[in-house]
Amino acid sequence: MGAFESFSAFLAMGDHGVYVWSAYAVGAAVIAFNVVAPRLHRQRLISDHKRRMRREQR
Amino acid sequence: MWQAFVRWFHKWSSPKWFYTMSQPWSFWLGWAATLIIATALVWGLLFAPVERLQGNSYRIIFIHVPSAFLSQAIYAAIAVLGLVGLVWKMKLAFFVAKQCIPVGASMALLALVTGAIWGKPTWGTWWEWDARLTSMLVLLLLYLGLWALHNAMERPESGDRAAAILALVGVVNLPIIKFSVEWWNTLHQPATLKFTEAPPMHTSMLIPFLMAILGFYLASMAWVLMRTRLEILQRERKSRWVEDELNRFSEGQ
Repeated sequence: MGAFESFSAFLAMGDHGVYVWSAYAVGAAVIAFNVVAPRLHRQRLISDHKRRMRREQR
Repeated sequence: MWQAFVRWFHKWSSPKWFYTMSQPWSFWLGWAATLIIATALVWGLLFAPVERLQGNSYRIIFIHVPSAFLSQAIYAAIAVLGLVGLVWKMKLAFFVAKQCIPVGASMALLALVTGAIWGKPTWGTWWEWDARLTSMLVLLLLYLGLWALHNAMERPESGDRAAAILALVGVVNLPIIKFSVEWWNTLHQPATLKFTEAPPMHTSMLIPFLMAILGFYLASMAWVLMRTRLEILQRERKSRWVEDELNRFSEGQ
């Protein structure tokens, strides 16, 4: 499997598995933040807009 | 010629024009970034050979260096956009500059955290108050300061101007980060990529490394673009076309 002899060797990363995988986990979290935050912002814009429209109708 | 340029500049500096034209970009940038980053990281984690001195911990380089590059490139972009905004009173430049902040801050944080994790098996310590590490921490604090300035001002226009001035002052930190590994004794290794020399890396490591840098650039552009489009809607919400756009969103939901 690539540069590793087995899947468990891939997970173990020599004896550096903890370091490599925790670094990549933080990377995944940062990517998730950047993908999700604009979506939440968009939803907030829409709900604010709807509230404003309702207020104006009354 | 000059008049054509001025006309082009005015057209692109109009938030409405930018919003309309940029619609397909974030989609394509996002997909290109996803494919390139996925390829680079699978390659880097699974297929790149193990490093002779550092073992497998070196595989952190495939996210550490791209995020460090981006945190500095985005900061430079914020300073340039701030200058453009101040000099030509261009609203759109301020909008982009503001929405660069969270993306750049997340890159600086990622560079610092992955650096600390990598430091432990390599140097035997998570953190050292040396020049490179401290100047990167200052970069993260500058980002947080910029965001705080935007939120502290009652009028968004004042926040734009204050943040632009802070961003310009903070530019002095960028050469400090770059040359910190040469000016001072530091734990951090010197730059891996130099324009004047061939990279000291085997091709099977270099290709995923360069792909990861490209992928992070594209992803950051996509994220800033998505955020800028929303910033335009929020700041221009009193204009007729934004109201139409928001009505369309509300019905679609």
